[in-house]
Amino acid sequence: MHPFNYYAPETIEEATEILKKYGDRAKCLAGGTDVLVQARGEKFELDAIVDVKKIPQLTKLEWTDSHLIIGAATPCHVLYEDPKVCEVFPGIIDSAFLIGGIQIQSRASLGGNLCNASPSADAICSLIVHETTCEIAGPKGTREIPVEDMCTGPGKNALESGEFLVSLKMPLKKGKFSASYERFIPRNEMDIAVAAVASSLELSNGKVSSCRVALAAVGPTPIFAKEASELLVGKEPTDENIKKVSEKAKDIASPIADMRGTVEHRKDLIEVLTRRTISKALERVGG
Amino acid sequence: MAENKVKKVAVNTKINGEEMDILVDPYVSLLETLREVVGITGTKEGCNDGNCGACTVNLDGRIVDSCLVLGVEVEGKNIETVEGMATPDGLHPLQQAFLEEAALQCGICTPGFLVSAKALLDNEPDPSEERIRHWLAGNLCRCTGYDKIVKAVSKASKESK
Repeated sequence: MHPFNYYAPETIEEATEILKKYGDRAKCLAGGTDVLVQARGEKFELDAIVDVKKIPQLTKLEWTDSHLIIGAATPCHVLYEDPKVCEVFPGIIDSAFLIGGIQIQSRASLGGNLCNASPSADAICSLIVHETTCEIAGPKGTREIPVEDMCTGPGKNALESGEFLVSLKMPLKKGKFSASYERFIPRNEMDIAVAAVASSLELSNGKVSSCRVALAAVGPTPIFAKEASELLVGKEPTDENIKKVSEKAKDIASPIADMRGTVEHRKDLIEVLTRRTISKALERVGG
Repeated sequence: MAENKVKKVAVNTKINGEEMDILVDPYVSLLETLREVVGITGTKEGCNDGNCGACTVNLDGRIVDSCLVLGVEVEGKNIETVEGMATPDGLHPLQQAFLEEAALQCGICTPGFLVSAKALLDNEPDPSEERIRHWLAGNLCRCTGYDKIVKAVSKASKESK
């Protein structure tokens, strides 16, 4: 591994200075479960690694009147060990509980999973269906982008030189809202999704007032299947209506064939998983 | 690009109850730090990329893959490795159960399984078989087929009650 220096800044400003100084020769370290593997595999050469876990905003879990704010480096176990997060956001917990094994969950974060921008990432679809906003800091100050705009290609994200992800902000819904995430893997644990879907919906007066479906491992980035999601809005969540959404999601999926699965298999999986995740979200809202 | 100058970093940490000051290169993993700087080799290197769990150690009460932690990150932290399990009075009940149930063959994965299983039993003294299997999913064994390991953990949990 190329020798790098280690920095552990305690403020956003300090971290920004170091990242600006090193440019592309530096990366942030949260749990290290992707970045250290890639540095060791010589995917890139680093001169500096910036451990962001000592910056309070990066490891917080904060409830405001309108949002849940998850620090970008907050490890998965913190989420699934928090009864309130489990109760309010079971769809996020589906993802946090699936990323790696217990060892990985001690360290890996949703923010890291997002920045790593793998097409098969377990957290990104869930973040998309929760209408998550990314809070980003950098040399020009802070900015916010919707999470669906974060991944720009396999392993590529929308962060500019010197920028880093501070936190993930998820709105608290007033109505009956829930979500669910499911993936297909040949094993029970510790594997990479062949295909995966997250769905969320909000019910009012027996009708779906909002719906989001997102797909993983069936395109160069996780996909917000907006056209599929819209098919359910304003409708009753009947089997027939859900079927239309899942068929549309299947159309939107554009997977490649590789060692994990064929194009046809993956598209079929998307249809099934869309149906299942919508049904699960519906069950969770008690609809 | 000019050569990147990297200085060793002084780290104060506690390993198996013993406080120590060590000097580590900032790019070196906790696994290499334990084996090559501290000189305790019970923790094994398997895949070195976070898949196999052979290098599992307990860091401040939580199990981690030590190949995915930097040595410099453990400043002020508390590390427990397989070397900390047995006492002068004898083996840890898990180690004893692994022997009695023949829960190992080549032995490379064993320290990782022991450290993982100990963390489970420390928090949940009587886990179900399903829970044991789920907890140990981050540890791979290519010899035993897992059944003997699961039986050993189950036995240790019942005996320590």
